[in-house]
Amino acid sequence: MRTRESTLWTWHLIAGAVILVLLGIHMFIMHLGDFFGTVNGDVLAFSSVMERSKDAAFAVIYVLLLGAALYHGLYGLRTIIFELNISERAERVVSTLIVLAGVALFLIGAYGTIAVYGARAGV
Amino acid sequence: MIEPAGPKQGEETDEIVKKVKFKVLRFDPSTTPSPRVDSFEVPVKKGTTVLDALHYIKENLDGSLAWRFSCRMGVCGSCGMFINGFPRLACNTQVLELESDVIDLKPLPNFDTIRDLVPDLSVLFEKHRSVRPFTLRKDMAELDNPSGEFFQTTEELERYLQFAYCIKCGLCMAACPTVATDRRYLGPQSLTQAHRYNVDSRDEGRTERKDIALGPHGAFSCHFAGACSEACPKGVDPAFAIQLMKRDAFKGSLGLLRKQKASAVAPKLTSAKRLEGVPEAPKRTV
Repeated sequence: MRTRESTLWTWHLIAGAVILVLLGIHMFIMHLGDFFGTVNGDVLAFSSVMERSKDAAFAVIYVLLLGAALYHGLYGLRTIIFELNISERAERVVSTLIVLAGVALFLIGAYGTIAVYGARAGV
Repeated sequence: MIEPAGPKQGEETDEIVKKVKFKVLRFDPSTTPSPRVDSFEVPVKKGTTVLDALHYIKENLDGSLAWRFSCRMGVCGSCGMFINGFPRLACNTQVLELESDVIDLKPLPNFDTIRDLVPDLSVLFEKHRSVRPFTLRKDMAELDNPSGEFFQTTEELERYLQFAYCIKCGLCMAACPTVATDRRYLGPQSLTQAHRYNVDSRDEGRTERKDIALGPHGAFSCHFAGACSEACPKGVDPAFAIQLMKRDAFKGSLGLLRKQKASAVAPKLTSAKRLEGVPEAPKRTV
């Protein structure tokens, strides 16, 4: 019982679960690490950001989070637009534009994250 | 023992409890382009339904009032209308239970109006038809010329029984906020019926229904507002059916859904003896 729409929706759910975990890690480090005593110093300071960007795990987490958040958000946006009684042709145009926007934003974000990691880690 | 005087509890009496004002939205596209509201005062007794009140109005106050009804007992699903801002069956709604001296009557929202309180339900039936709401099997010859009953356990029956109580009244479609914005959305009624047949152990038409039921305007458009289940006069709970369908779709996408195989014809009893006094079943007429 698989359709194109059910596959897209299943990935939407999986992306939601991924966001929950990765955003949880992000929130824990950025806002709760100090509280639990697991992180020392100002996590939001420029030097801390640069220090973290050397870590490959952070680069992987942020690229994955970017992909999951973009997919989840853009799929939701597409669903909202589809409910506006637009024609099937307009739906195809919207889907194409959303895919292009998603891929472009992901490439820009992923390039930024990986480039900074590469520069800082000396890879 | 002396019977207490007066009516018993729940018994209908001729005593008029109060007069209630009915504000009815009138609309006849053949004569007037815009709708208007007419007010009628109706004497209400204990047990008077909104349908009774409409009959009173038609017989005594305005014979031109139009609405749709048939069974008068919540079975046919004809008299759905918007009563005090909520979709209900007129025959199933007692005036005194609304606890209001003014009752607003409008045709069901999310449907076009033919006249007065008569909604155009053709969209509902078109969507219902589109999900193929009947048993689909590979052995269609058996359906056309049955040799016996298809085997089904009580547990298998319970998987769809609740959803089989749908009377196609359209109240769930009128209550649904997604139908209100997305006219192509299949809606709770059709999706529930698609699920009802998908989980029927005698059916194997899940694949034939998936393209429409799990399409861009199918089950995934449901926001799970739950208004359909609240409005349903038969307790069908369409919101629940749609969530179950989504669960099956999720499993199907991951390849975890069991392959559907329709139940076979139950074997005929050969060794059983009829108990004394139990008559033989009548011969088939079709």
